[in-house]
Amino acid sequence: MFDKGIAELSLALTRKEFSSRELTAAYLDRINAANPALNCYITVTAEQALAQASAADALRARGEAGPFTGIPIAHKDIFCTRDVRTSCGSRMLDNFISPYDASVVERFTQAGAVTLGKTNMDEFAMGSSNETSFYGPVKNPWNVERVPGGSSGGSAAAVAARLCPAATGTDTGGSIRQPAAFCGITGLKPTYGRVSRWGMVAFASSLDQAGPMTRSAEDAAIMLNIMAGFDDRDSTCSERPMEDYRAKLNQALAGLRIGIPRQHFAAGLNPQVEKAIRAALAEFENLGATLKEVSLENSHLSVPAYYVIAPAEASANLSRYDGVRFGYRCENPRDLEDLYKRSRSEGFGSEVKRRIMVGTYALSAGYYDAYYLKAQKIRRLIKNDFDQAFADVDVIMGPTSPHPAFRLGAQNDDPVTMYLEDIYTIAVNLAGLPGISIPAGLVDGLPVGLQIVGQDFAEARLLNVAHQFQQATDWHRKSPV
Amino acid sequence: MSIETSDVEKIAHLARLHLEPSQSAAVTASIANILALIDTMQEVATDAVPPLAHTSTEGQRLRADVVTEVNDRDHLQQIAPSTENGLYLVPRVIE
Repeated sequence: MFDKGIAELSLALTRKEFSSRELTAAYLDRINAANPALNCYITVTAEQALAQASAADALRARGEAGPFTGIPIAHKDIFCTRDVRTSCGSRMLDNFISPYDASVVERFTQAGAVTLGKTNMDEFAMGSSNETSFYGPVKNPWNVERVPGGSSGGSAAAVAARLCPAATGTDTGGSIRQPAAFCGITGLKPTYGRVSRWGMVAFASSLDQAGPMTRSAEDAAIMLNIMAGFDDRDSTCSERPMEDYRAKLNQALAGLRIGIPRQHFAAGLNPQVEKAIRAALAEFENLGATLKEVSLENSHLSVPAYYVIAPAEASANLSRYDGVRFGYRCENPRDLEDLYKRSRSEGFGSEVKRRIMVGTYALSAGYYDAYYLKAQKIRRLIKNDFDQAFADVDVIMGPTSPHPAFRLGAQNDDPVTMYLEDIYTIAVNLAGLPGISIPAGLVDGLPVGLQIVGQDFAEARLLNVAHQFQQATDWHRKSPV
Repeated sequence: MSIETSDVEKIAHLARLHLEPSQSAAVTASIANILALIDTMQEVATDAVPPLAHTSTEGQRLRADVVTEVNDRDHLQQIAPSTENGLYLVPRVIE
């Protein structure tokens, strides 16, 4: 039962091969056994999960089950969950019991999903290796000396290690796609505005987007059908009508025009990763697609621009953590300023403080034009590059990450080295586009991710393209367990 | 653009972060590295480029000016570090 994805579990539950309660209990046992070594979960909500599973079974017995009724999933610990700790991987929120559910969580609950728990992540989603978490790093289930990627490292590792059938994640600069690549799973970052951000702890509000992390593109489509859609509590949530993301999965790929950005196959790309990606592209040609080189001229400026925009937005968003209304408060504050300063300094980890300071600097008088305004202009150039490329092609493909999962501690000496990990993913967030990472090979026993980027709101097309690849190959079925 | 320890101390204050004097040099060095990365943006001329603040094309919605939230103060204050009579308590500001 642990190898089944959402679609297969839904079928098995309908056929009464097992109940949701049995399935949930089996997953909870598995989590108990494996989580101490992998550290995927910050909080396991066993009691609540079993109650939800029993309720789902009762619903099914009455003939009222939907496609997600009784399916266990895990939520990244960035999504607020009523009456359950929402830590965001930070000491600052270690004591934070959310008074409400995030829209994403609410939608899954309404669909009858069972919540197994909350997954580990880089602190406030700031990191590419899951090493900045207050709760310690997550280990990659393919090789426990390697990182799972980040920031949604707990979700990715849990899906790969079969500690949940699927999970939610969030992606500000690559935080769904890069861990999906490192852990050999499917991870979709939807178009900015497709999924409500309400109740998702804010990092960089013009970039943050929630998405599914699953065993297959089909499962991602099933999850997106629940997650996506208008929500008036998020003022940036799109009013564009929802699609059925499963409807186009089986469309043939004949005539698909794939853009290959030459900048994503340049120096810095591991040759074995390149080989795996080229083989995947050849497979798409077999399926009837054509390849065309495109240029994303300013892609090398995406990381610099991002490290102005994201910290600037973070410095504003994280100003709410002041030790007054919720979250960590320091002991015996001398005065109000001492309360602010020590609560924040003791509550935040070093990477979060570093980004708050960079953002504060970029927004401060005298530097705004040189940094913040300049970064917004670069952001326009990056978006223009994509617009131009999409005049000739339907999707853009390349590696998700320049190399497979690196060793724990390997990239920690200089923050800039870690920032450059997201060289292929960050531009997609700056342009607001949807992107998916799917397993496309193994290098030295570690998964390689293929990134597919689409035009605004082309999630159905991306999922179709990914699904067709997964019908022709079995990389997504490889498992570390 | 280079950055001095005194700049970093000033930024820390603006961001209401306490910076131990013993950490100043290391924090300054890591922020200087990040600024060196950021400064590569300057190699591209952008005078005629309009800035892009966000990618949404739908504009901001309006809604009717009616109360949609219920008073949930007691529930919301359960997670506060310190409250009294519905107020949040902080150290005395005015002696």
